[in-house]
Amino acid sequence: MTSHLPIAGLSVDLISDFRQLTAFPFMVNALEAGTVVAIMAGVVGWFMVLRRESFAGHSLSVMAFPGATFALLLGLSAAVGYYTFCGAGALVIGASAGAGTRRHRGEESAVTGAVQAFGLACGFLFLSLYQGVLAGYENLLFGDFLGITRGQVLTLAIVCVLTLGFFAVVGRPLLFASLDEPVARASGVPVRRVSLAFMLALGFTVAATAQITGALLVFALLIAPAATAQLITPRVGASLVLTVLLGMAITWAGLALAYFYNYPVGFYLTAVAFSVYLIARLARAAIDHPTLLHGRSRAVETPA
Amino acid sequence: MSSPPTIDAARVAHDRKSGSPGSSVPVVRLQGAQARIGGRAVWSDVDFAIAEGEFAAILGPNGSGKTTLLRVLLGELPLAAGTASVLGRAPGAVSRQIGYLPQRRHFDATIRIRGIDLVRLGLDGARWGLPLRRSWRERVEEVIDLVGAGEYASRPIGRLSGGEQQRLLIAQALISRPKVLILDEPLDSLDLPNQTSVASLLSRICRQQGVTVLLVAHDVNPLLTYLDRVVYFGAGRAAVGTPHEVITADTLSRLYGVPIEVLHAADGRLVVVGLPEAPARHSDRHEHHDHD
Repeated sequence: MTSHLPIAGLSVDLISDFRQLTAFPFMVNALEAGTVVAIMAGVVGWFMVLRRESFAGHSLSVMAFPGATFALLLGLSAAVGYYTFCGAGALVIGASAGAGTRRHRGEESAVTGAVQAFGLACGFLFLSLYQGVLAGYENLLFGDFLGITRGQVLTLAIVCVLTLGFFAVVGRPLLFASLDEPVARASGVPVRRVSLAFMLALGFTVAATAQITGALLVFALLIAPAATAQLITPRVGASLVLTVLLGMAITWAGLALAYFYNYPVGFYLTAVAFSVYLIARLARAAIDHPTLLHGRSRAVETPA
Repeated sequence: MSSPPTIDAARVAHDRKSGSPGSSVPVVRLQGAQARIGGRAVWSDVDFAIAEGEFAAILGPNGSGKTTLLRVLLGELPLAAGTASVLGRAPGAVSRQIGYLPQRRHFDATIRIRGIDLVRLGLDGARWGLPLRRSWRERVEEVIDLVGAGEYASRPIGRLSGGEQQRLLIAQALISRPKVLILDEPLDSLDLPNQTSVASLLSRICRQQGVTVLLVAHDVNPLLTYLDRVVYFGAGRAAVGTPHEVITADTLSRLYGVPIEVLHAADGRLVVVGLPEAPARHSDRHEHHDHD
């Protein structure tokens, strides 16, 4: 796609790199959309990781696929399909959480898995029912970062502001309910409703994100920055800010790499996200268990 | 009045309290109370009152209805008969004035949130909106000092030992200055030194801060020297009084209707021998539980 464009290649001069990156409107759109998605997915993902609802997040991102194909089948806008299917999936998974107690976690994950498998199957059904020619349906799965329009960026920004507003209001009780459910309930937090509201926010974020990253790669932006930030700092505020910054850095790095080295954005994005997480994980292990790295010989050497 | 010499300390503490009739309204009162779960009576005809500033334990074998009592006091379970009041009002109406510690919650190593943040949630965790107020810090530090957790409060909660986590959770429950502290098995799954030190911490909070402490315990011994009052559940009823009134062969044998022995070990510990299994007894006595 970018082969005929006058690209000088990546250099050590960051300013000239940045000028090259933003030379074309499609790249500006991609960078803006990526930034918005990183902010939104970061904040939602931070709570998702803390609540250990990554499986639900993954299933909801899979729901984006039947959503998109269903909209295609009915000739609707893809966005309608994304929001409908991810929202409905969030309601089913959220409602199955039962009273929201730990005892129901097993049941919840079974329902989540069932929703995911059924969603994926429906997606393929809709795809085979669709008689017309569908060019590049892998975009539904792996994203279409470079085909983003101004309108999409604007919609994303609106969804992002709404999501941040939601967390500004509900964030604290949600944090309480996520960490310490029985006490949160005893202190008057409506745990069940807060949990369901969070699941819906997760569903809508996934729907918005999936339009850009594709159904299968949402996860990279949802989970990696949050999991990495939580490994780095146990301070709530710092961890949230770091999540967003990491998400933005990962997105920009992924887009820049894809721009200069012509392979899919999704690959670069997930590769960067995974590397960052891996480094944080290893560093954390080295700090928390210093003996692990030195092996047994060291332990034998210094018994006294 | 035939108090065994081993628990004189508890008796003295109780006499000192009952000698000063300052508070008129009991902090917790149950009258002719009956609790039912799934159509089955857990306990009936329970009457007792706990006065302000008392340190009380709810004892009894597994399944005898200790946690059920806590649920009643928290307003989660309505009584089937009789009345209950907390701080002179209906249970559940005063949740802001109750500090509650549920049965042992464990935060594993993957939960990377500071202890201090968890403590703070006790103050403002139920509030909507952005946490913009700065005034919380002083109170958080005060309450962390009170439980002696200053050294490790800024570490991730999941990296702390069971005893350290329990101290921070007690701080969380105390931070909103409750009048009553209700704890479900706070000593459970702690090692012996930690059981002793958490018990003495709770007693100190009770005496110094004037907080009424009501806790469920499986083993009375770590608490014995501190307790003012004991509610002993068994066989669908409860015996209430000072530890030396209740934990005797006479009282427990009368409660259960079978002979029970209370042994006094040389180190002052009490061992109750011959308790019937509570769940088996319940299902024998109540035939009408099929519609659970």
